Amino acid sequence: MRKILVTLLFLFFGTSAFADCNIKSGSINILANDFPALRTFVETSKQCKGSADFKVTHSSEHNKIAVPALTANPSEFSARIAANSSIVPLMNQDLIRPLDDLVKKYGKGIQDSQLITIDGKVMAVAFMANTQHLYYREDVLKEMGIAVPKTYEEVVAASEKIRASGKMQHPYAAAYKAGWNLAEEFVNMFIGHGGEFFKSGSAEPNINNAKGVATLNMLKKLSELSNPDYLTHDSEAIKVEWESGNVALMTLWASRSGTLLDDEGDPNITKATKLAGPATVGGGNIPAATLWWDGFTLAKNRSDADADATFRALAHAASNKKMVADAADQAVWLVEGFVPGPKSIGVIEAVKMKAKPYPMLPQMGLMHGALGSEIVEFLQGKESAEQALKDVEAAYISKAKEQGFL
Amino acid sequence: MPNKTFFWFFLPTGLAMILFIGLPIISTGIQSFYAQHDQIVKEVKKCDPFGCTVSIVVDNEQTSKIREAKPLGKFNGFGTYTDRNHLAVGEIKKFWNETESFSAFIDQVTNLPFYKALIFTLTYCLFVTPNVLLLGFIIALSLNAVARKIRGPLIFGTILPMIVTPLVGSLVLFWMIDSQGIIGANIQNLMNDPYLSLKSSKTLTWITIIIYGIWHHSPFAFVVFYAALQTVPQEPVEAAIIDGASRLQRIKHIVLPHIYPVVTFVALISLMDNFRVFEPIIGFSAEGSAQSLSWLIYDNLVNEEVILFGSAAATSIMTIIGIAILLAPVLIRTWKEFRIAR
Repeated sequence: MRKILVTLLFLFFGTSAFADCNIKSGSINILANDFPALRTFVETSKQCKGSADFKVTHSSEHNKIAVPALTANPSEFSARIAANSSIVPLMNQDLIRPLDDLVKKYGKGIQDSQLITIDGKVMAVAFMANTQHLYYREDVLKEMGIAVPKTYEEVVAASEKIRASGKMQHPYAAAYKAGWNLAEEFVNMFIGHGGEFFKSGSAEPNINNAKGVATLNMLKKLSELSNPDYLTHDSEAIKVEWESGNVALMTLWASRSGTLLDDEGDPNITKATKLAGPATVGGGNIPAATLWWDGFTLAKNRSDADADATFRALAHAASNKKMVADAADQAVWLVEGFVPGPKSIGVIEAVKMKAKPYPMLPQMGLMHGALGSEIVEFLQGKESAEQALKDVEAAYISKAKEQGFL
Repeated sequence: MPNKTFFWFFLPTGLAMILFIGLPIISTGIQSFYAQHDQIVKEVKKCDPFGCTVSIVVDNEQTSKIREAKPLGKFNGFGTYTDRNHLAVGEIKKFWNETESFSAFIDQVTNLPFYKALIFTLTYCLFVTPNVLLLGFIIALSLNAVARKIRGPLIFGTILPMIVTPLVGSLVLFWMIDSQGIIGANIQNLMNDPYLSLKSSKTLTWITIIIYGIWHHSPFAFVVFYAALQTVPQEPVEAAIIDGASRLQRIKHIVLPHIYPVVTFVALISLMDNFRVFEPIIGFSAEGSAQSLSWLIYDNLVNEEVILFGSAAATSIMTIIGIAILLAPVLIRTWKEFRIAR
């Protein structure tokens, strides 16, 4: 009798509980970066929390918190929204759990293409794609009779023309802030030149070569066409530059297009802001850009009950057709039912042009760190490209030795 | 005070110091001698929405076994201290043998991260500390001379830079010197150079940070000096006036000798504070042009996706040694005076 009652109750709740997914216990605590699409994603998963505790930390400093917070046992967060690069330190330290069982149990609406599998185990579920691509001011380019640039060489030529006309002094912008951002620009440009960061099958660096020099020279040319404060400008700062009408060509994340094209700011600039695919460089076929996915991972040092509750809430969002329809402007969703709109051009073009994903290698973080600080002096004109690349390799080797990669 | 009373009086402070300062320093010291175990990697298939590739990951099963056996890591001795990102002993030897002129050698050495940071840190200390002392003393003298009625509000206004949180203070200045900010744009107009930027030039960034440092630290020197000035006895000052001593002579021969121990104290504290310069570098986003020792530690701990505990620990220990060396002359002098006084 009691069994029947329980079954009946279960059925009753099971049918009515589509909105709150029937999560009865556990606590959910999510760490995520801070941009509109991720806020939408987390909000959607919150609708499903049922009676579980629900907390979220959105922070642009997420990379700095993640490893220490997930190392604690029990860990502070039950889930971490990660990307290609930020999943690596979690994998290196063995801080996230395989999701195969949970996907089988609760992951009905999740498409196979969303699963990030490493060595046959599902380690993350991706829900959006991202890349850096070109933005341009249609009105300015038309006025000058410039075609939309397809290569960085054309970007340089166009910017020089705009500067020569006196219309804008610093017509190009990209996030060149010393550190992570600047290193990311190097990574993009180096991949565009067909470079490989490491000698095949080892952790030995492989950037001090003709491709590395060409990459640095292109970055320098672009930096000379940017606002002189470029070494302090991150994505947010160049967005402000763009909205004040100081820039005609820009390389920026696809995920920022939403805030760039919203109703705030000068409507004339917003109207003339157009998106294009990422540019190629040095006669290469693949774009000088990297493809990124954002997905969720679950902490290992957290109880199974919490992992269960967290997975169900996040899976609800990662398979939510309503969310991707309502927020189609905010990101290129990898979720079923997403219809790409005009703001998705950048990512879609990048995929079409066979852009490479950001290298998911255990030692890549060290290389990225070394790049961010060692190429600055070249851009300031204080040392040669060869010396800068030599410095990057030397700094990387010392760090890699300390970490046991070499 | 009898020794026994002193002991019981000092015990709680001493215990807290051992617990919160001594033990962490010892632990940092031990950490600095260890590096991570050799990474055991394996080739696996990785699939994401953009396709599948074969590449390497860290083999966690194997790694966790080694980690359990030796949780501190691999003993590295002074390996971290002497590597290229710290004292760079090997590199310096190589530069010495390879470079032809002394200036080329210096160029090479100052290109190494640790020495680059050390030079900025020392430059900052060297310019900020004396200027803070001088400015603080001048402000204290002037305020001591104004009418009592307006002294209160003036003192409050003077110590404002110290009340403002360092990060906020530096951010305000950062926005003002932006090439479109009030100071930055005016300098561009003045120099008639649209490409001039306070933030992109290394020298100008250093000057900005040093000026900020003086602005931020002077109130501390001022407050201490002002308090000390209140204790200067009036009789000798009046006697000097009757003898016809000028204001400068009075300051030199009466006021300064009287507050001399306080000057030493302020100099010590300022030196220690300035050697650990950190916030303005973050506030001014000046990582590209100016790195300090504290910033190197921060960079090793948070800026990399892989945390370098060994590196950070080694730099911390060297910072402590650096402060000790800087303070040594002043401390030795104080100690000698103390012995003579007894």
